[in-house]
Amino acid sequence: MGISEENHPVVINFEEYEAIRLSDFEFHGHVEAAQIMGVSRPTYTRIYESARRKVAEAFVQGRTIVFEGGKVYFDSEWYSCNSCGCWFNHTEKGQKIDQCTLCGSTDIEQYFDNSQNPVNEDRCVCPNCGSETVHLPGTPCKNEICPACKCQMIRRGAPFNQGSGNNNCN
Amino acid sequence: MKIAITSTGNSPEAKLDSRFGRCSFFVIYDTVSHSTEFIPNPYIENIEGAGLASANLIASKGAEKVVSGEFGAKVKSLFDSMKIKLVILKDPEKRINTIIELLNH
Repeated sequence: MGISEENHPVVINFEEYEAIRLSDFEFHGHVEAAQIMGVSRPTYTRIYESARRKVAEAFVQGRTIVFEGGKVYFDSEWYSCNSCGCWFNHTEKGQKIDQCTLCGSTDIEQYFDNSQNPVNEDRCVCPNCGSETVHLPGTPCKNEICPACKCQMIRRGAPFNQGSGNNNCN
Repeated sequence: MKIAITSTGNSPEAKLDSRFGRCSFFVIYDTVSHSTEFIPNPYIENIEGAGLASANLIASKGAEKVVSGEFGAKVKSLFDSMKIKLVILKDPEKRINTIIELLNH
């Protein structure tokens, strides 16, 4: 094949490419990026970690990068019909669709998945009374004081009774 | 053209089944002869793979479109590769004859 053992290419999967694109090109956080890719946050972090290691390997060892494979599925284009309220797709990419597959109405629009509302947004929670505030990136939750009972707050989802200082409430 | 619809019963008055792989009946409607065929879903009790098996059944009947309430990711990509169009109707109260009327636009 003409490729020596030292110079066989580094294979980056499509999901690894996507992880680098989401994190390092579009600057999404891992929680957000995981939602976009439809995987759990830990899985996303694993994919991203693997991607970064492969890139580093290629840089340091001067190897070629090849993009291929992985568990990917390119969804077809989806449309919604304003007349009968259905959703429909069509399988020929790039072909223009002008009427609803179900009812034939021309009152249709292409559907883009722009559900950007972060369901799992970071929040600070009071371990004492349970009241929550929106977490400010860059400010540790323990620097926040609960407006109701003056306790130090912790990150939502973090185990209670971790760390010190939570005895100073009231 | 043949169109498959997922149904909760075996009559035109039955309502749309919102599940694809585990629907009660498949209706195969022929837009040319206006005939309908009701097929009981043989895969309803399958522990796994009901969606893919149902998709293959529908493809073997020659349907070019499928109307249901929801499709899973595996089924979507299989239908895409078989060039079968999907229609999602989020209305479990719609009756099969109403859907057939819509299809005869």
